[in-house]
Amino acid sequence: MAASPSTIPIAPITGVALQSLHSAVADFDREQLIWSSGYLAGLARAGNAVEQPQPAAAAGPDAWTVFYATETGNSRRVAQSLAERARDAGVAVDLQDLRDVRPKALAKLTRAAFVLATHGIGEPPDGTETFFDFWQSDRAPRLENLEYAILALGDSSYADFCAMGRLFDERLRALGAKPVVDPIECDLDFDEPAADWSGKLVEHATKNLTVSTANRVQRVPLRAVSKLPSKDRPFDAELLLDQRITGRGSSKDVRHIELGLEGSGLSYLPGDSLGVVPENPPRLVEALLDVVQLDGDAAVTLGERQTSLAKALSFSKEITVVSRPLIEHAAKQHDALQRILDDRSQLADFFATRQIIDLLADYPHAWEAQELVDSLRRLSPRLYSIASSPDANPDEAHLTVSVVAFEQFGRAHWGAASNYLISGTRTVPVYVEPNDRFRLPADGDTPIIMIGAGTGVAPYRAFVEHRQELGHRGDNWLVFGDRNFASDFLYQLEWLRYRKDGILSRLDVAFSRDRAEKVYVQHRLLEQAKGIYEWLERGAHVYVCGDASHMAVDVHAALQTVVEQQGGVSAERATEYLNQLKSARRYQRDVY
Amino acid sequence: MANDTVLTPVEHIKARSNYLRGTIKEGLADTATGALAEDDTQLSKFHGFYQQDDRDLRSERMRQKLEPAYSFMIRVRVPGGIATPAQWLALDELATSQANNSLRLTTRQAFQFHGVVKGDLQSTIRRINYSLLDTIAACGDVNRNVMCTPVAETSAVHEGAYRVATQISEHLTPQTTAYHEIWLDGEKVAGTQDHEPIYGATYLPRKFKIAVAIPPSNDVDIFAQDLGYIAIEQDGKLIGFNVTVGGGMGVTHGEAGTYPRVADVIGFCTPEQVVDVAEHVVGIQRDNGDRTNRKHARLKYTIDDRSIEWFKDELAKRLGYALPKPKSYRFASRGDVFGWAKDRHGQWHLTLFIPEGRIQDRGKARVLTGLRELARVHKGDFRLTANQNLIVSGISDAARPSVEGLLTEYGIQQLQSISPLRQQALACVALPTCALAMAEAERYLPDLTSNVEALLDRHGLVQEPISLRITGCPNGCARPYLAEIALVGKAPGRYNLYLGGDALGHRLNRLVHENIDENNILATLDGLFARFAAERSNGESFGDFAHRALPAVEAR
Repeated sequence: MAASPSTIPIAPITGVALQSLHSAVADFDREQLIWSSGYLAGLARAGNAVEQPQPAAAAGPDAWTVFYATETGNSRRVAQSLAERARDAGVAVDLQDLRDVRPKALAKLTRAAFVLATHGIGEPPDGTETFFDFWQSDRAPRLENLEYAILALGDSSYADFCAMGRLFDERLRALGAKPVVDPIECDLDFDEPAADWSGKLVEHATKNLTVSTANRVQRVPLRAVSKLPSKDRPFDAELLLDQRITGRGSSKDVRHIELGLEGSGLSYLPGDSLGVVPENPPRLVEALLDVVQLDGDAAVTLGERQTSLAKALSFSKEITVVSRPLIEHAAKQHDALQRILDDRSQLADFFATRQIIDLLADYPHAWEAQELVDSLRRLSPRLYSIASSPDANPDEAHLTVSVVAFEQFGRAHWGAASNYLISGTRTVPVYVEPNDRFRLPADGDTPIIMIGAGTGVAPYRAFVEHRQELGHRGDNWLVFGDRNFASDFLYQLEWLRYRKDGILSRLDVAFSRDRAEKVYVQHRLLEQAKGIYEWLERGAHVYVCGDASHMAVDVHAALQTVVEQQGGVSAERATEYLNQLKSARRYQRDVY
Repeated sequence: MANDTVLTPVEHIKARSNYLRGTIKEGLADTATGALAEDDTQLSKFHGFYQQDDRDLRSERMRQKLEPAYSFMIRVRVPGGIATPAQWLALDELATSQANNSLRLTTRQAFQFHGVVKGDLQSTIRRINYSLLDTIAACGDVNRNVMCTPVAETSAVHEGAYRVATQISEHLTPQTTAYHEIWLDGEKVAGTQDHEPIYGATYLPRKFKIAVAIPPSNDVDIFAQDLGYIAIEQDGKLIGFNVTVGGGMGVTHGEAGTYPRVADVIGFCTPEQVVDVAEHVVGIQRDNGDRTNRKHARLKYTIDDRSIEWFKDELAKRLGYALPKPKSYRFASRGDVFGWAKDRHGQWHLTLFIPEGRIQDRGKARVLTGLRELARVHKGDFRLTANQNLIVSGISDAARPSVEGLLTEYGIQQLQSISPLRQQALACVALPTCALAMAEAERYLPDLTSNVEALLDRHGLVQEPISLRITGCPNGCARPYLAEIALVGKAPGRYNLYLGGDALGHRLNRLVHENIDENNILATLDGLFARFAAERSNGESFGDFAHRALPAVEAR
């Protein structure tokens, strides 16, 4: 356009492209034309990182609504990719985050796809509780007119693997809805099965299009092919600093890691995570080969690729976290394992306490090299909440990493990524995993309450650093917990300095192993109930980060008590209060 | 009085502290830091504790983004150094549960706990008080623990001397209710106004030290005290005390205006006059001491800035009478006499050597455990000596074998076979806890004495009772300037070497070498020992010889 001196705007589509557009819409009626204009506008907007929620009413009769319930962003990615493929195929798609959906809206739809993550042990992702509560309740209306498809995402190293997807599928069937594609359950290496499922659904959807497929819209590139590092194409970040930040005598080895992102093009916001693509600990690979009595040089095939067993175990396969398929495979020869698989609590305990080396050692089997490789999941990147503000530390990302290394069952155990980060490696392959569900308030004057235990303090370091850097005036309150004051008060000097400088208005700490009576963050919340409630009433955002199974549950219960007591309301009203906070994105959690 | 604008910061802190309260209470409630507010670390001394940190870990923790490893040293006041077995057991319990598994006997006959964390301060101090000991005024700008020669077996006057020591201690204890309020019942008594009849609201300009010596022992180093009483015995009875004023050890490196000073003997008083004299000596220092410079604030400077005659006049004015001339007295020893001794009543007293004054279990020498077991069966009392040793006092003939059994069982007996050098050697605590330390002292003393012993052995001098003292800084906690050989810390591994004090604590030593390392120290001593062995006159002590020979040494 810059080449033309004309003041008359010239359409960006001309010639053949314009003819294609004309022919594509030639048969459209008025409603279809109006709908198309919205659709095309939507395409244009889809280049944005954040998907704009679109009103379901904008969709036509053939449109599919793709819902996702996500905790870590994986479901959103699967849903987005499904939406892109469907749109490419000419199917109208409305992409919706379940957190933003009024539960009853589903009753009006005729076509819906669900990409549902299960969080923790059989729980819905944060913010989607009200949706599932409604549809599981007796108030749920029949859904005879609904065609649907479900993809469940989960982590087969948890007992209630994919429970949310499975239960919801059962519920939809019970309400009369009709599945058009078989539901599938995906583990962490979901890319392939998810693509397969999406293909089937798109195929089904195009078959039933009322609009002639002959007039398919030419593929419009949704976004410029990204040059940015990603999960599959991580950036080799320089490791700038590996500093232990737990003192002598600590029961834990926690590191402050600083990584250089210069030249990567990566950018992030406080709250985002950094994905680390690890290599497995060499000692663990050796130990594993020893247990299964296989030669590391044995040739194996990974997809199309030939490699050695040792290399596959080092760079490609998950060899720490046990997954269900591996247990199932081993159970063919061990009845004891089958009994564990059949008992939910035993299975949960097995997942919680065993690593792959324990399974392989305690349930021996004459493994073939290829058989072993095929039974293992793909090595997943590990996500760490970024502990730095990009504005305060341009071209850097800091992490707070607890080194996983312990003896159990007479064997050494290691965590993959933490040991990789401290292995002396000079570079670390990384990418940014955005987390829009853990964000500072847009208004810098809004107070925030940050509750975290252990390395859960990491994003708060980013938050406070960011607010100071940007001169945001809102009050900041940190409630931090760990084991021992003397050795485990992560970033203590920085917090004390922030407090002295008035950046941190309040600082409360709880250490569980200093005294006979164990004190945790939730105890501090209850002690400070009056202050917490006052802050909430003046609009504070509350953040919870850290352990999902205990801390987050106990903190939630404490907040419930705080609201009940200080607000003088019933348990139901308090629950509603907290749900409203969640809906308003004022109660955000990053728990794992 | 000095102009307000030039008063030291500590004077302002005291003045606005509301009788030593400051914000200590708020500081104890702040769980995010192991430290107190900076001003409160000055006030805490009056309550008997110092904020310290493990200096070995300072830089490491800085990199770990952790604050220094703060802990507190709590000093327990034990007037005259006498504690009951029940008190011993109470302190032992605290040492084991709240501190670093050790009890330190100090050069002022007090106990010290090291490594008490802030969260345990209140319960620890409370429990010390339950045992009928306390910590108030164990440090700070007030009268500290009143010392008294602890030997019972050799002196008929110990009882009377000990009584005046406790009377002085009680009389000069601060009256503020802040101590009770913060550490004991936690309640402020409504409507009451604090009043310090002796000290006033800003207390003294600097610390104040009092001791009672019973000749012939000068174990308390009476000439190092701000105020001293030398017991005078006549026909087996205590008739009174010679009064000494103006002793003091503290010096600052590089400040010519600071110096150690030997006390003057200014007169004699009766046992009934002792407390009155103490109150008025303290009063003179309260009103005339230099509050503009803490390095010039001890009584010794108050006296030297005017004159000893001025001081005597002032005291006479305040007392309403002049002190008569001092009586004659004679000191014959300064170190402890180790082993068993029987008194006039047939009771045994056992003086035990405690290495570096540290009651702890170390290898086979399980001093902490052994003394705990002893305290469980002991019917007499425990006496802390001014040389950081311990007297188990009041043992019957019948009980002696079981005491001997315990000492052998816990490896304490084996510690007793040591050279005269080691018996008398003194070290302050220094690194890693003391904030003032510039070099090692307590931790280095065992190696240092071994090295010096080896030299003495070479020259056939190993049986010489030479006093060797080492401090980590020039403030003088182990009274180094009255030793025959003294090392005063200057920097890690480097010391100022002082020589030529006399054996009985009458005469100050002199700086011989500045800022030298161990090799230099040992080489200097080696040469001097050689000369001492060859040239000493009959019965001459090493200190006297060095004093005589020093000009030659200095000229070298």
